[in-house]
Amino acid sequence: MLRTPASKRYNIRTIWLSLLYCAFLLPAVYGFKHQLVPHPLKYLVAVLPALPIIGIFAALGRYLIEEQDEYVRMLMVRQILWASAFTLSIATTWGFLDNFGLVGHVDGYWIIVLWYFGLAIGGIYNKLTLGAGRC
Amino acid sequence: MENRLRVLRATRNWSQQDLAERLEVSRQSVNAIETGKYDPSLPLAFRIAELFEAPIEEIFVSPSRRSSKAI
Repeated sequence: MLRTPASKRYNIRTIWLSLLYCAFLLPAVYGFKHQLVPHPLKYLVAVLPALPIIGIFAALGRYLIEEQDEYVRMLMVRQILWASAFTLSIATTWGFLDNFGLVGHVDGYWIIVLWYFGLAIGGIYNKLTLGAGRC
Repeated sequence: MENRLRVLRATRNWSQQDLAERLEVSRQSVNAIETGKYDPSLPLAFRIAELFEAPIEEIFVSPSRRSSKAI
């Protein structure tokens, strides 16, 4: 992502959301490990760490709206398409392998890690084909 | 898309960064347009044309005209 005023705002939002993610995840892990979470609250506490991650997707959408440089915006859209195609392809393939008992089950939240890896692949693709952008 | 942006920029003695600042885009955008790797939107093409006080078709070469000339 090239540095623009919109990308700076995106980075600040992402940092805050990442801090919020840690603030939700660590107590949730501790609470579940030591059986401190009462049953009615379990679903809420378990879902809380997902909310900042969803917020990061929203921040990315906001960035695409706010980005004034159309070329830089196009680079990011290409990266997002790469990330989405990469993640969905791996998830679909893994799903079938898992279904036929050929590989182990993987927790669903690894999808986001794959997606960010795909974002980096998109950045490399931009660099190779257009000589621009950052991974 | 082929264009005369580099030539026009050179006549004014502007760097890519100078042009980028005047157009309020990144230097990478100017470079991508100049090298034909990126075709600007119509609003940006108009901004470029207005900055150089020239019609769009004097700056950007129409792909259809270019191919018909080749024939």
